Amino acid sequence: MLTKRIIPCLDIKDGRTVKGTNFVNLRDAGDPVELGALYAEQGADELVFLDITATVDNRKTLVELVRNVARHVNIPFTVGGGISSVADVSALLNAGADKISINSSAVRRPELIDELALQFGSQCIIVAIDTREISVPSDVVSHQETTTSRFGNERVSTHEIRLTTEHVVHTHGGRKATELRTLPWAKEAQERGAGEILLTSMDADGTKAGFALELTAAVSGQLSIPVIASGGAGLMEHFHEVFTTGKADAGLAASIFHFREIGIQPLKMYLQEKGVTMRL
Amino acid sequence: MKTVIIKYNAGNVQSVMYALERIGASYLWTDDEAEIRTADKVIFPGVGEASTAMAYLREKGLDRVIPTLQQPVLGTCVGMQLMCQYSEENQTQALGIFPVDVRRFPAGELKVPHVGWNNLYDLKSPLTEGMTPHPYVYFVHSYAAPVCEYTVASCDYVVPFSAMLHKDNFYAAQFHAEISGKEGQLILENFLKL
Repeated sequence: MLTKRIIPCLDIKDGRTVKGTNFVNLRDAGDPVELGALYAEQGADELVFLDITATVDNRKTLVELVRNVARHVNIPFTVGGGISSVADVSALLNAGADKISINSSAVRRPELIDELALQFGSQCIIVAIDTREISVPSDVVSHQETTTSRFGNERVSTHEIRLTTEHVVHTHGGRKATELRTLPWAKEAQERGAGEILLTSMDADGTKAGFALELTAAVSGQLSIPVIASGGAGLMEHFHEVFTTGKADAGLAASIFHFREIGIQPLKMYLQEKGVTMRL
Repeated sequence: MKTVIIKYNAGNVQSVMYALERIGASYLWTDDEAEIRTADKVIFPGVGEASTAMAYLREKGLDRVIPTLQQPVLGTCVGMQLMCQYSEENQTQALGIFPVDVRRFPAGELKVPHVGWNNLYDLKSPLTEGMTPHPYVYFVHSYAAPVCEYTVASCDYVVPFSAMLHKDNFYAAQFHAEISGKEGQLILENFLKL
């Protein structure tokens, strides 16, 4: 039976692993190659490396890092961060990455997904979606109330702006809100040839209060491709929730693994006991 | 021992090369017929799309070379699918080594592609010697060969399918042994020991 996957995420800056809380306040958590090999040894099902600096200067550093990871790690790994062209993807795959993940560049130019899927196959193209709940005006309601002031002036009023909560896609490491909504964008990414969706709830990220279950379930339920849930893991039971209620195919987390708050092997044993199929 | 990885437009084969390096094996990555024919072992990898890969093999004359090889040949993923008769992926006539048609997983309750770790059963291949009865290996694919007389390892996803095929000197694995942890490594080691 196909297992659910546990994926440690290593945020990379200048060749080192870091992890931010709500995308700021970076802390250093080690050497990516060593950490990646350790996680593979401990039973991680895949690894994700996100280059959060991703400037032109350190693309070469990243490619070199990917080469080193591929040499030492015998499980699949994904590389993301600052990837914006077929040439970028080609360099990373040739260095040994199994999959790449794109985010801002796909929002800017959705055709990139089609081009990459055609050139390299959907199986290695992950579209990452950073999403945040935002209250937006949905409706303006006019109240046709007429009031009379004590001086006899008539006043017709007033407009009320109704707000609804929407899941808004963000880019640039979460700094920039876009016009896109999460569910339709995820569907479009799938139609254009994405092989998987990496869904990060910015609201949940760094809180350790659990994954965004409702959103994850909505996205996963509407797609035919796997969804990797990210953001909010703090306890083992959060993974259980995201694989059951959240319908996620894989659960991704960073700091709880890096700071050894949760061990991968104990987590997988816990989940197996709870009836979630795991590779042990 | 001379191990050749067949060079064609089959996407990323770097993982295969590193996996061979990890077990201390050297290899040659080439599309040269003479080099391929004189190899002790041939690995026919593949990720990507079937019809494009097949068109390239034809252009290079490799469609003629591969089925006539005499030494052990291991096809993986799309490599395995191309060793079959036909693939539903863009209606591709393939190499016809295994007389079976590759079909897309039926749409339904389970997601397609089949991505992740799944376990094998009914292991009957020399390549799976020394493995546990239900080892987990890593799959990424939307198309699969049904279980047939050449199936030497099965897997279930939506329907049972051939995870490994074997006929004469031809071996094939639908999963990615090169990134399937220790179990995958054992398969590569067993192949090189044939």
